[in-house]
This record gives sequence, C-alpha cells and structure tokens, in this order.
Amino acid sequence: MKILRCPLNGPRNISEFVWGGEMKPMPDPATASDAEWTEYLFLEDNIAGEITEWWLHAPTNYWFVARRNTITDEIIETMTYDQFLASHKKDAAVPAGDAEAAAKPVTGGTQTGASSA
Amino acid sequence: MPFALLKYALSREHPDDPHFRWKPELNKTYDVVIIGAGGHGLAAAYYLARDHGIKNVAVLEKSWLAGGNTARNTTIVRANYLTPEGVAFYKESVELFRTLSNELDINVMYSERGHFTLAHTDAAMRTARWRAEVNKHLGVNSEVIDAAEVKRICPTMNVTDEARYPILGALYHPPGAIARHDAVAWGYAKEAMKRGVEVHTQTEVKKILIEGGRVKGVETNRGVVHANKVVQAVAGSSSHVARMAGLKLPIKTIPLQACVSEPVKPILDQIVVSGSLHVYISQSARGEMVMGGATDPYGLYSTRSTLDFKESLMGHMLELFPFMGELRILRQWAGKADMTPDFSPVMGLTPIENYYIDAGWGTWGFKATPVSGKRMAECIATGRQPDLLKPFALSRFSTFDLVGEKGAASVGH
Repeated sequence: MKILRCPLNGPRNISEFVWGGEMKPMPDPATASDAEWTEYLFLEDNIAGEITEWWLHAPTNYWFVARRNTITDEIIETMTYDQFLASHKKDAAVPAGDAEAAAKPVTGGTQTGASSA
Repeated sequence: MPFALLKYALSREHPDDPHFRWKPELNKTYDVVIIGAGGHGLAAAYYLARDHGIKNVAVLEKSWLAGGNTARNTTIVRANYLTPEGVAFYKESVELFRTLSNELDINVMYSERGHFTLAHTDAAMRTARWRAEVNKHLGVNSEVIDAAEVKRICPTMNVTDEARYPILGALYHPPGAIARHDAVAWGYAKEAMKRGVEVHTQTEVKKILIEGGRVKGVETNRGVVHANKVVQAVAGSSSHVARMAGLKLPIKTIPLQACVSEPVKPILDQIVVSGSLHVYISQSARGEMVMGGATDPYGLYSTRSTLDFKESLMGHMLELFPFMGELRILRQWAGKADMTPDFSPVMGLTPIENYYIDAGWGTWGFKATPVSGKRMAECIATGRQPDLLKPFALSRFSTFDLVGEKGAASVGH
C-alpha cells in the first residue's frame, strides 16, 4: 500500500487518510459575495502536475498539507499547516528569518514533522 | 464458396463502403468544431448533421478515435437514477440506445440484462424505495424486491445471512443493459462522416481563440481552424481544455479503476451493483466478468491500477459470488473521471458566446452518450439550453442550485 507521511504520526498506510482537496484561501464569511463562495466551494484548478492540498489523518483527526504530483502520483513533501504558512511567506519574498524558524517540511527519509511549530 | 471469396477479395469494387470516410486535409473554417472524438463528441456531430442540417463540422481529436473514457467504461446503460432531472435525462438515453443498432447500421450488441442495486442496510433499502418511486413516477421500470426474489432471479448470488453484509433486498431495474462501447462510438463516427462531418485524429487543440467574449476558433498542431461554434467534449481533460477558454470548472479528476476476468461460459445474466460494498459486476457477451468499484480515494491524472482497489473489490465480490474464487483476472485499467460535487454532468452554454461544454461525466458518461449527443446538438444548433439540460447548466453552481444525484455509480448512500 502507498505510504503517506503524516507530520504528527509519521509514515502510515494511505488508507488511514482522507483527501481534502486543493488548498485555496477561504473568503471572509462576513463580506464574501456569491461569486466568491462559488469559486471557493465548487470551482477547482484541478491541475495536472504539482499541487498543494489538504489531507486528514482520520484516526487522529489531524489536518495537514501535502505537495503532490497528480501525474506521477508522487508525494513530494508533507508539512504542518504552520510550516506551510511559513514556507508560503518565504515564497512571497518575506524576510527569510521569520519563515525558516517554522518551516521544516517533512521530506524523504528522516521524520522531523512531529515538532510542529 | 472459396472461389466466390477469392473473387471478392481480388475484386476492385468491393460492395461495402469503407467504414470511415476519412478526409486528410483540415479546412480553414467550419461551422462547428468539436474538441474530442469520443462517444459524446461524435454523437453530437451525428445529431447536428442528422437533425439540424449542420454538416460543415470537424471533430478534432488529440489521439485516436474513441480511445479515452469511451473505451474505458464498463458499458452499463440504465435509467434508475434518484433525482427527477437525472431519471428523465437517462430515460431518453435508454430509449435511444434501444434502436441504436438500426439507427447507426452497426451492431452495438445492446443487451437488456436486468440491473440490481443491492441493499445491505435499512438506509440503503430506504434509498432503493425512494429511487423506485421516482422512477415509476417518470415511467421507468424499477421495483424494490426482497432477498428471496433476488435469489430467484439471480441464483448464483450468495444471499445468505452468513455474509459480512447480508443482502436485505434490492432495487431491481429490468431494462438495465450493457452495450459494446466501441461500436457505439464507431457507429456515430461512421454515420456522421457519411453525412459530411470530418473527423481528424492526431489533431491537438493548443489554444482556443476568443475575441470580445466570443469564440472564433482553435489553434491546433496543424494550424488555425476558424469556427462559428466550438464545443468541448473531452472527459478526463475537461479542466485543461476549459482553462484554454478561460473557464474554471467544478471538476476534480479522479481515477476510476476496473478489471475483467478470463472469459467463462454464461453464468451471470444480470448486472449487479452494491453501493455499500463499492462493487459492480456484469458478464460481457465475450464471457468476461467486467468489474469495477468506487473511484480512487484521491485525485490523480493517471490510469494506473492498484492492488488496494482489487483487494477491496475482490473481498466483497467473493462474498457476493463465491464461484469468482475460481477465476483469474485478465486485464485491469482505469479511466480519468471528471467528478462534480453533485454527481451530475456540466452541459450546454458557457459564459463565452458560442462556446459549449459537455463535461463532468464522472462515472456516468457512457450510458448518456446518445442523449448527450442529441441534446448538445440541439443546444449548439439553437444556441439555447434545451429543457432536458437546464438542470445541468454550468451556471447552477453560481446560483447554488445543485442536482444531488446520489443514484450515480460508485456513490454510497
């Protein structure tokens, strides 16, 4: 069975996880228009290639973020939401010092994800 | 006889027309360009030519004729859906299927077998009752039957209490049928081409040309093709093609896997589906057991097969049909299914003038081939959304008026 590395629980069978779909920013419920809700609720980029998406480890009810290639079915990395936010800031050219402290994506062989920020 | 055959083989004038009338050159302009030569695109081209006199039509296909999900489905045709919108739509498709062999002058091997949707829980029995009542109201033959009746109609099925999930009853839909999927697409292609429609394979659309909110044509690997109207019918690549037109769709691409056993003599007449166990099975005319289950647990643009899928499928299948333990798997494959949030298609008009969409066919595309072709042709010819397609318009997502079709295949209740 395919193995997915949960930042909280380590490598587990993928049957323990629930796919949460692609990440998109939620509009502000107080001010969002119908068009914004339509976009958020239903419309998908549905990209063939590298995507960032939500996953849930069902037994522990733990949500986290994964980067995955939807053509090769390869899980590139998994990270906590805090790590995602931090790495996202880094991409947006925010001063590196803030981002790096929290951003320790879980990749490849070593399991470091449990140290959630 | 051998002499006659030899004479026929050597004759320069074969009595049969060539099956497909290919035309090598691609014109600069067409009335209608249809992207995708699968069952749906070809059917739309056929009905445009037959019913609306629009024959200057080109069907452009990236690879070969009907090689996508038209060749990857499990060929089941039925109308026992749950919503009135869905039932009315698929009912018309079943009616068209019944006369399709004559219509297209090709044997589509339409075979009415009877279709069981098994119920293993009280909740599933309730849904079966609900579906039966909606079906009967709309003139579709469906009935709720108990386990003893299931056993009487389908003696090979294990309906004992010893199963992990014993069968309480079923929604029985006698008109449920299977058909030869390739022949359906080839028949539409052949008859459309006979009426002047052009089908161009190895012709990939790279760009959709839009000016002032109105579609002008497409750019392909063989040059620019102008068209008054452009239609996309590209299951599995719907989001990709729609993006070229600047549209974002309510679609997630998720693989749907299937497999067939080695062929055996006729033993299973009916089509058997269990939404709770995520399995379905029928025996093809060739004798193979055609099996499938739920869509994969996550989105993917891949047609790989997995052991996980087959383990879960076979576990339940052996309980339903213990004789299956003797059979070996012959082939496995997957299709890329366009899953929508309400398990219903996305059809008809789009925000772009003269650009039409036929997408969101998830796990319910093959059975809709004739009706989708017929009604899309009507939509394209008139520029108006036909009544039957109104519930399935792309605009339903912006008005929060979803269909909620829980009678779709591979959907638990």
